Amino acid sequence: MSAVGLPDSFFTADPHWRWLIVLYFFVGGLAGGSYFLAALIDLFGRPWERPLARLGYYVALPGVILSAVLLIVDLRRPERFWHMLIESETFQPMFKAWSPMSIGSWALLVFGAFALGSFLAALAEPRPWGWRWLSLFRPPGITGTLFVIVGALLGLYVAGYTGVLLAVTSRPLWADTTLLGLAFIVSAASTSAALLILLGEPRRLALSGIAALKRLDAWVLVLELLVLVGLVVSLGAVARAWLDAWGLLFILGVVVLGILVPLALHWRPRVIGGIATLASAALVLIGGFILRVVVVLSNQNLGVH
Amino acid sequence: MAEPMGFFTDTTVCIGCKACEVACKEWNQLPAAEGGANTLSGDSYDNTRRLDGIHWRHVQFIEQFSPDRSEGRWLLMSDVCKHCVQAGCLEVCPTGAIIRTEFDTVVIQSDVCNGCRDCIAACPFGVIDINPASGTAQKCTLCYDRLRAGLEPACSKACPTDSIQFGTVRELRERARARVQQLHAQGEKRAYLYGADEQGPLGGLNAFFLLVDRPEVYHLPPSPTLPSRRLVPSSLWTAVGAALVGLAGVFSFRNRGARQAAVEAEIEEERHERRRAA
Repeated sequence: MSAVGLPDSFFTADPHWRWLIVLYFFVGGLAGGSYFLAALIDLFGRPWERPLARLGYYVALPGVILSAVLLIVDLRRPERFWHMLIESETFQPMFKAWSPMSIGSWALLVFGAFALGSFLAALAEPRPWGWRWLSLFRPPGITGTLFVIVGALLGLYVAGYTGVLLAVTSRPLWADTTLLGLAFIVSAASTSAALLILLGEPRRLALSGIAALKRLDAWVLVLELLVLVGLVVSLGAVARAWLDAWGLLFILGVVVLGILVPLALHWRPRVIGGIATLASAALVLIGGFILRVVVVLSNQNLGVH
Repeated sequence: MAEPMGFFTDTTVCIGCKACEVACKEWNQLPAAEGGANTLSGDSYDNTRRLDGIHWRHVQFIEQFSPDRSEGRWLLMSDVCKHCVQAGCLEVCPTGAIIRTEFDTVVIQSDVCNGCRDCIAACPFGVIDINPASGTAQKCTLCYDRLRAGLEPACSKACPTDSIQFGTVRELRERARARVQQLHAQGEKRAYLYGADEQGPLGGLNAFFLLVDRPEVYHLPPSPTLPSRRLVPSSLWTAVGAALVGLAGVFSFRNRGARQAAVEAEIEEERHERRRAA
């Protein structure tokens, strides 16, 4: 096979990032996105929607813990995971502002602390027994408001930096577009909204809040569709690499099943009756997962090496 | 800092003996195969196939023959880490395991690396991979230990035709340019240098090559770029995404115009009031 005419990204080697990383990209997006939505409900929602916000914080902490576990297990030397944060020779902090993986490691740690604070505050809120000081970490107080704003920004960071990390490589597809971070952050918002709907709706938690989440999800799905079209266009000739089963999975799994069908159900929920909301939310989650499967795994066999 | 040191690999005099591969493996104590028996490629004299964690030199065998095989030539190239002046692997490494040495070479410290594999994806040349024996990313060190002791790297020491030459980058470039002129004078007009230009891609390669065909033929990227070039545009697009998602969120939770939501809100509010009253 002649390599003449291949893009520069095809002369690189596969880093063997597989299912653990796919799962991390998905779970990390859900953790960051759920925290962001919870903060949004706390800041802009009605008082009776607070149980829905609590649900977001309940999801965020386990999500960020699972994310860290997945990343550590994926290392070839897991016992050295702390080398990401502390220089192993000098014991100075290890931080590179220009390396997405370096900032991402710190972001995950700091976001984890915020997720813990909000988780405990959410846990204590409906309880009659003490721990009142934990309300410092929840709006409407000034400290709580600042806390969740910073936490929400960190959550969005965790949800989006993974796409930037892929762009700051030399690999086919990843390095051939600068829109993966945008796609991941939008998808994190839609999948997180879907998860909160899926968990909140059966419990009849704040129906007005669920309605707002559904409206948000519809907006974000339209946005995601535009972003994915932009993504494929930005790949240019390299997009031809997706003229295979991966491309089919992208079209059917991500675009049709994960975006178009949920949008149709949002627009005409009566078509399938009472389960429209839940079915639509489940499909959005599946589509978001498949997006990460396609993005992470589809280039493993591309290239000359 | 000492003068930048590097390799000049003149592919026109490589005879494909693989002495460089063997010398490299012996000095650096690299295993012959990744466990079990060595596999054969079956369609080439090249059974190494690619650079990875246990192959830090790789002699490429490129066969260029006409369909009836009446005409043809072999291109042979001993491939190696390019020790880029602007090194993508070094930039992304989140543990600080990858360093630039006093010889201006790029070295992975195996006792620091935790095997995250970001450098493998970042390298524009596909040079790095995990050595299963250590679980860390590994590649050519330009024999850092030998350089410290005043010796030349094992591969260039072993090369019987001086296809691999070691020296200061400045001197090697002069020698390489003279060699290109010599080849041009002899009629080999296709000869040119890949990576010898400090104005060129990645600030120049401290291990550069003399080639007689397009870079892609040698499995080299025609115009490699630094991964961090995509950091700012990619981050800005992501920030745009965050802003749009934020706006959509605020809009969805503030705008209660949608009738159904308003009705439901009323029901909720009633319930809330009742609970408070009770």
